[in-house]
Amino acid sequence: MANLPPSSTHAPGYPPAIPMRPGEPNPFDQPPQPQHMMNPMMMQQQQQQGPPPPGPPSIPQLPPQMFTTAAQLLDLTDKKLMVVLRDGRKLIGVLRSWDQFGNLVMQDTVERLFVQGLYADIERGLFLVRGENVSLLGEIDLDKDDYIPEPYQLAPVEKVFALKKAEDAERKMADGRKHKRLAAEGFEGEHAGEAIL
Amino acid sequence: MLFFSFFKTLVNHEVTVELKNDISIRGTLKSVDQYLNIKLDDISVVEEMKYPHLSSVKNVFIRGSVVRYVHLPAAAVDTPLLEDATRREASQAVAKAKQG
Repeated sequence: MANLPPSSTHAPGYPPAIPMRPGEPNPFDQPPQPQHMMNPMMMQQQQQQGPPPPGPPSIPQLPPQMFTTAAQLLDLTDKKLMVVLRDGRKLIGVLRSWDQFGNLVMQDTVERLFVQGLYADIERGLFLVRGENVSLLGEIDLDKDDYIPEPYQLAPVEKVFALKKAEDAERKMADGRKHKRLAAEGFEGEHAGEAIL
Repeated sequence: MLFFSFFKTLVNHEVTVELKNDISIRGTLKSVDQYLNIKLDDISVVEEMKYPHLSSVKNVFIRGSVVRYVHLPAAAVDTPLLEDATRREASQAVAKAKQG
């Protein structure tokens, strides 16, 4: 250890676990493995490759179909996605990480508002979305990236936001009236009081 | 688990998924999991003009909890087999209840 050059990349008191020589890549410079790379799906795939390693008998695995949620999300990792939340918001960003509950981390997210033939984007940045709030996620076709059908036109955020706010308020009122009528007849709506679009 | 198995037999068939927010999405069923989350490929949206945010999307992963209906291709459903499977599962459930 004493002969090695001092390493500036390590905090004092935390020597590198592996002695380093000059010119060798520092193993600590590699980014940490994302958590989803460690999911059971991947471990199972690894086990399926090649003959089973000698040693203790392998631990019985859950059937592969148990992990198709993870498998599907794995396909979408690092892709540009359009996520629709339960409250109707549309987020567009790059999926960076996720877990078995469908909690998502999205990078460089923009929220896109649509209202009456107009649309606008609001920069939002990094998002961690709790899985229960996700309604659907779609992979954006990069050939048709940011394609918005004809009647919809880009408009200033302030204008679209104000229109959207008015529209949401109106819908909330209408939904409220509908629920009141239904409740009077003994019915309960499937998304009671919650406007989703 | 029966409906999970049933949906797995429909993989690669065209289905229409109607969501609780009234969007209907038609596409090829690519995958389904134990929560009945659904993955559709080559999607087209019924009433596309009403849902412009989906026009640049090619495949979707739909959370099972937001699905209202799945419209199935009738030709791909073996109804007698499904009935048998349902009865078998019901009788198994009864047997289990008696044991416990």
